[in-house]
Amino acid sequence: MRDKRMSLDEVVGELRSGMTIGLGGWGSRRKPMALVRAILRSDITDLTVVSYGGPDLGLLCSAGKVRKAYYGFVSLDSAPFYDPWFAEARTSGALAAREMDEGMLKCGLEAAAARLPFLPIRAGLGSDVPNFWEGELKTVESPYPVDGTPETLIAMPALNLDAALVHLNLGDQHGNAAYTGVDPYFDDLFCLAAQRRYVAVERVVETEELVKTVPLQALLLNRMMVDGVVEAPGGAHFTLAADDYGRDEKFQKHYVESAKTPETWQLFIDTYLTGSEEQYQAAVRRFAEEA
Amino acid sequence: MTSIETVTRAEICAVACAEIFSGAGEIMASPMSPMSIIGARLAKLTTEPDLLLSDGEALLFAETPPLGGKAPIEGWIPFRRVFDVVASGRRHVVMGANQIDRFGNQNLSAFGSLQQPTRQMFGVRGAPGNTINHATSYWVARHTKRVFTDRVDIVSGVGYDKVDATNPAYRFHHLHRVVTNLGVFDFGGPGHTMRARSLHPGVTADEVAANTSFEIAGLAEAGRTRQPTAEELRLIREVLDPKKIRETEVPS
Repeated sequence: MRDKRMSLDEVVGELRSGMTIGLGGWGSRRKPMALVRAILRSDITDLTVVSYGGPDLGLLCSAGKVRKAYYGFVSLDSAPFYDPWFAEARTSGALAAREMDEGMLKCGLEAAAARLPFLPIRAGLGSDVPNFWEGELKTVESPYPVDGTPETLIAMPALNLDAALVHLNLGDQHGNAAYTGVDPYFDDLFCLAAQRRYVAVERVVETEELVKTVPLQALLLNRMMVDGVVEAPGGAHFTLAADDYGRDEKFQKHYVESAKTPETWQLFIDTYLTGSEEQYQAAVRRFAEEA
Repeated sequence: MTSIETVTRAEICAVACAEIFSGAGEIMASPMSPMSIIGARLAKLTTEPDLLLSDGEALLFAETPPLGGKAPIEGWIPFRRVFDVVASGRRHVVMGANQIDRFGNQNLSAFGSLQQPTRQMFGVRGAPGNTINHATSYWVARHTKRVFTDRVDIVSGVGYDKVDATNPAYRFHHLHRVVTNLGVFDFGGPGHTMRARSLHPGVTADEVAANTSFEIAGLAEAGRTRQPTAEELRLIREVLDPKKIRETEVPS
């Protein structure tokens, strides 16, 4: 069986400007942050991003890499809740927003996973969601009437992805991978909706150890769903990756504070985002000791 | 000994939030802020024992913990299963709101225009799906003209004037209550407009009118929000919120 182990920069080497990229996790929870940091180090830009957004989307916006975003929400999950860089991108009109109900994002990934052009969903009707989509979002009439009247529903288009980036707790070199916390989020759907699928994990172990460590139901990804495996301990930082670690609330606050002026942001970039992932993790350890 | 004489506005609000769930039965209660969480848990401990309550993350509580506390669990409700529950209709959510208009349109997304807002909040989150699928109520800790506005900037939660009566896909839409620091409201006014059900003790109709951009139906006739029972006060003060977090949301 194929050995799919890669480095962070090798993964990013397979991405291209202009791609539609799905980012797993949820808000500030188990985000593929090491892969996002690797994109920041690259010259890849002009991305369309699909995400239950958190600081992943924020960091990509901070570097002007997002042209269009499909999202159900963007949240840091703790005070001050609103991501500063996403807010900046929105208030400056820097990206085209395809905002939608959270359930529509799941629905669109499921349509892509099943190679369907759309799936009907009730969520979105009557709201401003269709107006966000500027003609991209249509309705569909049921061929099965209810008491003589057909229902007209949102026809959620498939959210087909060029690439999916997800972070899980444990995996093997072939792409079998598991989560160990309370929630799988939607990482399997992101992989099923994508052409190229990359999973970063806290630890790469032998297959036998993986399946002995977690219950069967936690084995979220199989080999058919993964093209590349990266060992990235701390790779979801500063989001949480239960059961390995919680959110680094102090550092997340530091990220938000640093976004307030060009000078403090440049310092944040110089300290955390210009070197390698190892240098980032070392700088984060120093921050924790000093804080 | 709990003293009825010293009942605070926050305690009145907690009981009004509990009454949102009166008669709800065996459904998932999804309160989104401390006051509505106290309310849902109070309902479960008094008249609505069959409610399902989660920890707000992925676990269903078997017992009813205090605010911020842990409890034994009875099940698993990760986010993707929440969306299944939403679509099933077996849920009553109590959301917050940056804006609400007289027909119940709600905004928690952003202020300004869709593609270039003046202030970014969360985006629409689950508000469109919640409001089109199952009972939805709102909790507003500070009742002001800014919140209760003539027109919301972005419709996240669907109001009654957006309902297409010719399309049965809208048949599950139901906005149940709006509870604020000033009173209890619904959308039983003319043409499904906002109506006062009761004002909290000490609140006048003029005060509500002065803090609302549009006319509220039934404001002059609205009665008093009821006082908590001694048992409800005990549960709020000693069991659910001994740290008085409710008082930070609605100061006395």
